[in-house]
Amino acid sequence: MTPTIPTPPRRSFGMNSGSDNVFRNIIIGLSSLVLVATVLYGFVLIVGGLPAFQREGIGFLFGLNWDPGKGIYQALPFIAGTFFTAFGALLLAVPLSVAAALFISEYAPRWLAGPVGSAIELLAAIPSVVYGLWGIFVLIPAVRVFQVWFVSVTGVPWPPTGTGLMSAVLILAVMVIPFICAISRDVITLVPNDQREAAYALGATKWEVIRFGILPYARAGILGGVILGLGRAIGETLAVTMVIGNANVIASTPFSSTATMSSIIASNFGEANETLRPALIAIGFMLLVFSVIVNVIARIVITRLTPVGTR
Amino acid sequence: MENQMKLTPPPQSVISTAAVRLESQSVSIFYGEKEAVKNVDVSFKSNTVNALIGPSGCGKTTFLRAINRMHDLTPGARVTGKIMLDGNDLYGDGIDPVDVRRRIGMVFQKPNPFPTMSIYDNVAAGLKLAGERNKQKLDEVVERSLRGGALWDEVKDRLKAPGSSLSGGQQQRLCIARALAVDPEILLMDEPTSALDPQSTSRIEDLMETLKQQVTIVIVTHNMQQASRVSDTTSFFYVGDLVEHGVTSEMFTNPKDKRTEDYITGRFG
Ligand SMILES: Nc1ncnc2c1ncn2[C@@H]1O[C@H](COP(=O)(O)OP(=O)(O)O)[C@@H](O)[C@H]1O
Ligand SMILES: [Mg+2]
Repeated sequence: MTPTIPTPPRRSFGMNSGSDNVFRNIIIGLSSLVLVATVLYGFVLIVGGLPAFQREGIGFLFGLNWDPGKGIYQALPFIAGTFFTAFGALLLAVPLSVAAALFISEYAPRWLAGPVGSAIELLAAIPSVVYGLWGIFVLIPAVRVFQVWFVSVTGVPWPPTGTGLMSAVLILAVMVIPFICAISRDVITLVPNDQREAAYALGATKWEVIRFGILPYARAGILGGVILGLGRAIGETLAVTMVIGNANVIASTPFSSTATMSSIIASNFGEANETLRPALIAIGFMLLVFSVIVNVIARIVITRLTPVGTR
Repeated sequence: MENQMKLTPPPQSVISTAAVRLESQSVSIFYGEKEAVKNVDVSFKSNTVNALIGPSGCGKTTFLRAINRMHDLTPGARVTGKIMLDGNDLYGDGIDPVDVRRRIGMVFQKPNPFPTMSIYDNVAAGLKLAGERNKQKLDEVVERSLRGGALWDEVKDRLKAPGSSLSGGQQQRLCIARALAVDPEILLMDEPTSALDPQSTSRIEDLMETLKQQVTIVIVTHNMQQASRVSDTTSFFYVGDLVEHGVTSEMFTNPKDKRTEDYITGRFG
C-alpha cells in the first residue's frame, strides 16, 4: 500500500562462504514470498470483484450512479472523492511541510530544531483513529463555525454540518504533514555542506542558498516524501470516514458530503449483501491498482530528479 | 615582476603599498575559545598568485575563509582585526558579507558544482543571483568564463549536460569558471587540486598563470612543488602563526626561519 522510495543500488555481496549462501537463499525466499503475496492479493481482489466488473462493465469506472437499493454500483464518485481529498490535502500539506522542514533544518537554533523535529516525528506515529476523534471534536466544530460565517457573509444557504469534503481534506493534510515534513527535513539535512558553501561563495543570500543549493539537490527526496504522503492520503480510511459525511455522490461544493474509495469500503463492508460485496472488493482492487501506479510514477520521477553523480 | 619583488627585502613589506590589493591587519580567528589563527599581518599585491603553506591544521583554510567572510556562517567562529580590500575593511560597519563574497570568489578543495544544474547554468548561477536575466549577456559571460577556466573547448557542444557529468578535473575547472563569471577581484582557492589526478592538476596550475591577469589569487596548498611552480609569494603558517612571508623563489631557496626551512625541506608536515 505505502509507496517506497527507491534506495541506491548496493554492490552485490560476494558468495565465497557457505553460510553466506544459506543466508542468501533465505533472503531470496522471503523476498519471493512477498512478491507472491502481492500477486495473490491482486488475484483475490480481482476474483472477488469480478461480478461487479461484469455487471457494470466500463460504467464501474466512469458511471456516477451508486444505488445499492436498485443494485447499481458505479464507482466514479468514490474515485473522484479519493482524487479530490488526496490532492487537496497535498496542495495544503506540501508547502507547509517543506517550509517547516526548511525552518527546522536551516533556520531554527539547535535547541529548538531538536524538539520540534521530534514532535513532528511523534505526530507521524499517532494512530489514525486519534486523528479521527480530533476531527470530530475539534476540526468539525471549527469547520462549522467557518460555515456559519460563510453563510452569513455570502448568503448562500448551507446547513452547518461541519462534515464533508473540506473536513476530509483538512484532516488528511494534518495527517500527511508530519510524513512529508520529517522526510523533507532528513533529505535537506543530508544535502552536503559544500553545496551550501558553493552558493554562499557566489554571493547568495540565505534564501538564495536554499533555492540554488538546497532545494534542487533535495528535490528527489522531498518528492519521495510527497509520494509517501500521497500514498497515505489515498489509503487513509478511518479518519476520513469519520469526517467526510459518507454520501455516495461527487461533492458539488467544498462543503458537500461525499466519500472516498477507502471510506465507502469501510462504512459499507460490514453489512454488505451479495451484490454490494463484489462491488466493494472491486473498489479495493482499483485502490491497489492506483497505489501501484503512484508507486511506479514515483520511482520514475525520483530517478529522473536525482542529481547525476549522487545516485 | 618577479625581479622587482626580489629587490624589496623584508618579507612583511615585500609588496609596495601602492599596488596592495588585499591586506590583513592583526587578524586573529577564533573557534569558540580556541585561537586558530593568531595576529596575522600580510598583504597581497594585484595580479599575483599567493600561496599559503604549512602543515595540516595550522590555520590555512581558516585564514582563507576569513577573507570572503565565510566564517560568518560558522556558529562560534569569530574574526578580529581588519582585512582590507583596496583600503576598505571587509569587516567594517555596514559591509554586507553577500557583497564581499561577490567580489571575492572561492574554489573549494572538493569540486562542488550544482549537480542538478547544467554546465551552462552552473556558470551562470552567480550572475543570475545578481539579477542578470539578459540571455545574450549570460551566453557571453558563460563562454568567457568557461574559456577563462580552460574548459570551453571540452564542453562547448554540451552546455546543457549536467555539471556533475564531467570528470573531477573538469568539474573543478567548472567551479573556477563559475567563480570567474561574477568577475571577482580576488580568487581564493583551498587546495583546489588535492582531489585531482596529476594531469588535471597541471592543467589547473597552468591556468593560474593566465588567471592572474584578471584576478589576485590566494591559494592554499600543501604541495610544496605546487607552491613553487605557481606562486609569486608564499606565506608559511605554523600552528596559527604566520611564520614567514616572502617572494616564493627567495623563500624556497633561502628561508629565514628554522621552522620554514624544516617544513620546506620535508623534515615535518
Ligand atoms: N569549524 C571549526 N570548529 C572548530 N575548530 C576548527 C574548525 N575548523 C577548523 N578548526 C581547527 O582550527 C585549526 C586550523 O584548521 P584549518 O584552518 O582547517 O587548518 P589547515 O587548513 O591549515 O589544515 C585546526 O586545529 C582545526 O581543528
Ligand atoms: Mg585546510
